[in-house]
Amino acid sequence: MTQPIVETKGVEVRFPLPTHFLSKEKPVLHALNTVNVSVMPGESFCVVGESGCGKTTLGRAILGLNSPSAGEIMFRGQRIDQMDEAERKPIRRDMQMVFQNPYASLNPRRNVFETLAEPVRHLMPELSADEVRTRVEEVLAETGCDPSWQRRLPHEFSGGQRQRIAIARALVTNPAFVVADEPISALDVSIQAQILNLLTELQKERGLTYLFITHDLSVVEHFGTRVAVMYLGQVMELAAAETIFAEPKHPYTQLLLDAIPKLEGGSFDKPRQPGELPDPVNLPKGCPFAARCGMVQDRCRQERPQLRPLSNGTEVACHFAE
Amino acid sequence: MALLEVNDLHVAFPRGKRDEVEALRGVSLTLEKGERLGVVGESGAGKSMLAFAILNLIAEPGRVSQGTVKFEGENLLDLPERKIRDIRGNRISMIFQDPMVTLNPVLSIGTQMMETLRAHRKISDKDARALCIAKLKEVAIPSAESRLDAYPHELSGGLRQRVVIAIALLTDPEIIIADEPTTALDVTIQAEIMALILKLCREKDVALILITHDLGVVAEVTEKLMIMYAGKCVETGPTRQIIDTPKHPYASGLLKALPQHAGRGTKLYQIPGSMPPITNLPKGCTYHPRCDFATERCHGGEPDLVNGVACYNPLTSDAKTETKTEAET
Repeated sequence: MTQPIVETKGVEVRFPLPTHFLSKEKPVLHALNTVNVSVMPGESFCVVGESGCGKTTLGRAILGLNSPSAGEIMFRGQRIDQMDEAERKPIRRDMQMVFQNPYASLNPRRNVFETLAEPVRHLMPELSADEVRTRVEEVLAETGCDPSWQRRLPHEFSGGQRQRIAIARALVTNPAFVVADEPISALDVSIQAQILNLLTELQKERGLTYLFITHDLSVVEHFGTRVAVMYLGQVMELAAAETIFAEPKHPYTQLLLDAIPKLEGGSFDKPRQPGELPDPVNLPKGCPFAARCGMVQDRCRQERPQLRPLSNGTEVACHFAE
Repeated sequence: MALLEVNDLHVAFPRGKRDEVEALRGVSLTLEKGERLGVVGESGAGKSMLAFAILNLIAEPGRVSQGTVKFEGENLLDLPERKIRDIRGNRISMIFQDPMVTLNPVLSIGTQMMETLRAHRKISDKDARALCIAKLKEVAIPSAESRLDAYPHELSGGLRQRVVIAIALLTDPEIIIADEPTTALDVTIQAEIMALILKLCREKDVALILITHDLGVVAEVTEKLMIMYAGKCVETGPTRQIIDTPKHPYASGLLKALPQHAGRGTKLYQIPGSMPPITNLPKGCTYHPRCDFATERCHGGEPDLVNGVACYNPLTSDAKTETKTEAET
């Protein structure tokens, strides 16, 4: 069996919240609870869920931008979560990130060349100034950016062009693994397809592995290899992309699929009751989804289900899914 | 007579001392009682500008430079401010994109609801309170009585948008204009809110203008559709018809670019380039630089809206299947 490129074992991330000076309570926000995922080389591993489910925290934890309070994160079999900055530096060039909003992720005072050259200079100090320049030019060409953009500033570009620059910045150190956090949701509809196509092409050419974070299941269907559906910091269902659309097993996955507006219509015809994520500070004892689940039973409120494999290869955290 | 009739509406903003640029370049629409119209376009296409212009809310230095907005036969753009207030927020309500910005953070939900009510009705405190509770129940807010004293930050995004809808419904309007009402919300909450808007419109026979960039949402909710590009309507007609057989290359391109239309791992159809800014529109048809079907004629003059489509070379249903197979192979 091939070795996963990235693997998380029982990863937990907690954020301490501000305490009242008279209160003895120390409230803690549980952003990730025992997350076990493994990403295989060359795949597009998608993480979906509503805002606040921990999908971005997972991506950031893998890159070392949030430090986990428990668990292990492995990159090519090597444990990386406890590394200090000096130890991590040689790995950073192999793991990069594309952020959601290209209006916020590019430094407005830095021209495109400087934006792209900085990670190369920092992470690949062995390269000469000429090599840096060629590398920047190559990556710009590869991501569909015009070479004349190099001396221009971010405000001169449209959203789609900025996202191309952000992708170029992530790829300039030639990484093997890229976390793409909602890379198309800030873009206009006609531009989204352009960026998705670019990501697919780059993956083919460079053999990239993506951790693709999104809330849009129709993108997953087109783009994803495997999917982790997250809810309240926990993975609820883990399946191949084809399987999850054909046979969703977890009631929450079902809810997400039903909520997608469809061109054929029919998704909004029945009224729905308001449903919300429970408070991530005071986690419910049982299944986190129990309060919204239509099939809830007593056991769900008492005992938290763990991921378990089903016969079709899907893993699901539900007591009753079959 | 239609309930709302917008005719050749233009909105202009000054550029420099003498020049002007047009954000809206002649848009017309009609809305019957209880009819649901979707307005779709990219950011900058003029969708929100249309909503603001209908309610005569274009802020200085912008102005409605041409056109009429007739509500029950009366031109709203000619009415004095005092008179239009009887209509705006009363008979035509609006729901905006982000409920956190729409609601005043320092006033309780009840205060904000009653303020709206008092602006349009003479009503006693007790009756106003009862009516507010009834409306909160109508939008399925749990424990409505206690929510009246809550502040916006105490509610989740979905509940806040429900409050905004309750406020829009307080005065039993005939038209609701909803400007991207679910863009700031999660998919599951979007489904809840859109299902609620759809149910209320059907039950109360309220007309809806739904502004969005999401073709899936309009397909679910509206009967009539208008596709906007660079300040103009490029295609309009029954929603089903446009979604099944779009005639304008832009409408067809938007539909083909949706990921659900392409097979797994295949290349998505992509519209090249991006929408031109209103300050720098190309000559001729504004879409021709991105269009696969552009001919000599498209470079010359801008096509008018004829039979619901503003294009010299509208697609027939055959042409659509042809390009589709092309994209598939």
